[in-house]
Amino acid sequence: MSAHFEPITGRYLRIDLLGKPHRVYVEEAGQGVPLLCLHTASSDTRQFRGLMNDARVLEHFRVIAFDLPWHGKSSPPAGWQNADYQLTSRDYVAMILTMMDALALDRPVVMGCSIGGRMALHLALDHPERFRAIIGLQAGAHVDPYYDLSWLHRPDVHGGEVSAGIVSGLMGPRSPEAERWETLWHYMQGGPGVFKGDLYFYTVDGDIRGRLADIDTTRCPLYLLSGEYDYSCTPEDTLDAARRINGAQATIMKGLGHFPMSEDPQRFMTYLLPILDRIHGASGVA
Amino acid sequence: MVNPPTAHPMDQLQQRVNADARLVWRGRWVDTAFLVEAGDAAWLVQVAAGRIAAVKRGPLVMPSWSFALRAPRDAWNTFWLPNPPPGFHDLLALVKYRALRIEGNVHPFMANLLYFKGVMAAPRPRESVAGGVQ
Repeated sequence: MSAHFEPITGRYLRIDLLGKPHRVYVEEAGQGVPLLCLHTASSDTRQFRGLMNDARVLEHFRVIAFDLPWHGKSSPPAGWQNADYQLTSRDYVAMILTMMDALALDRPVVMGCSIGGRMALHLALDHPERFRAIIGLQAGAHVDPYYDLSWLHRPDVHGGEVSAGIVSGLMGPRSPEAERWETLWHYMQGGPGVFKGDLYFYTVDGDIRGRLADIDTTRCPLYLLSGEYDYSCTPEDTLDAARRINGAQATIMKGLGHFPMSEDPQRFMTYLLPILDRIHGASGVA
Repeated sequence: MVNPPTAHPMDQLQQRVNADARLVWRGRWVDTAFLVEAGDAAWLVQVAAGRIAAVKRGPLVMPSWSFALRAPRDAWNTFWLPNPPPGFHDLLALVKYRALRIEGNVHPFMANLLYFKGVMAAPRPRESVAGGVQ
């Protein structure tokens, strides 16, 4: 293989988030309709490497992703060593909207996966006017705990390895081996306690079951895509959410699991491209 | 639901694991015994430095083990299919759907989660693509 640069560029943004100075890593590729991507718990923007290298997407969309503070190449705020990390709905929403303002994103499409998928539902409920379309991947209103989260952060268990073990089976068994292990590597690199802190939002604070029916898809279209092998946000969870949201369009993706854009980017694109085509067509952009 | 195979998958566990050098390496710090129950059948699996030292089929008299993996017979048989359907393709999937109970001192299991997922998936037929991430 000849050496070549990918079309992705990455920069560090100095920005105040939640009242504190932050250094946030931001990646983007392509041009056109802004498409803001939200990664899963404990992971980072690398999950969207397939999307950001797909010419069919980059022709009409400016794909943007940032590592949440504490994740990937974004730093935790100064003083992080003195407190536990714990993601809340309020903070997560505030960080996204602040980043959108700083990057001057005009009614982007937002697409989030897992905790990002849950956040997609929160944004559809509380801020539909800020987006031209919302795509929730592995999005459900809540998740039933099936293991003790304390295993994710204790000194006698390797946090990276147990995190990878927790999520390994969430991927489709037929997804390409190299992409599955790439996805796990991101989890193995997560900072201590970050996965657990993200899951506070996912399992406790971000529970949105009682408010789904208030989402108004006439103000912003909502698409839900979920992989059939996901037992964290199950297909049933997504279909249940779709039943409660008038106008939501849900599709269960065959062969895929909890990390569709990362575990098998090519298969995922067969589901995503028709949605992007519709959004692009509705955007009236040549 | 699924007809049990003539040779039980647990009969192949020791040979399959020990023949997989990378899996043995992944469990190189594991020295323990664990119990597998499929309905009323039981096996005691002894692990030494990641190798399966012995698999003893029940009935067991006063077995000593650190943790137990307990599921109905049909759930295990579906798990060991070459290409198990969603929900039966991973140990934690079985847990999520309340088919598998993991009990006892689960520290060795959680500290070596990828290893034990690989061990229990090892008996799947060779054409399987669902060997977890092993």
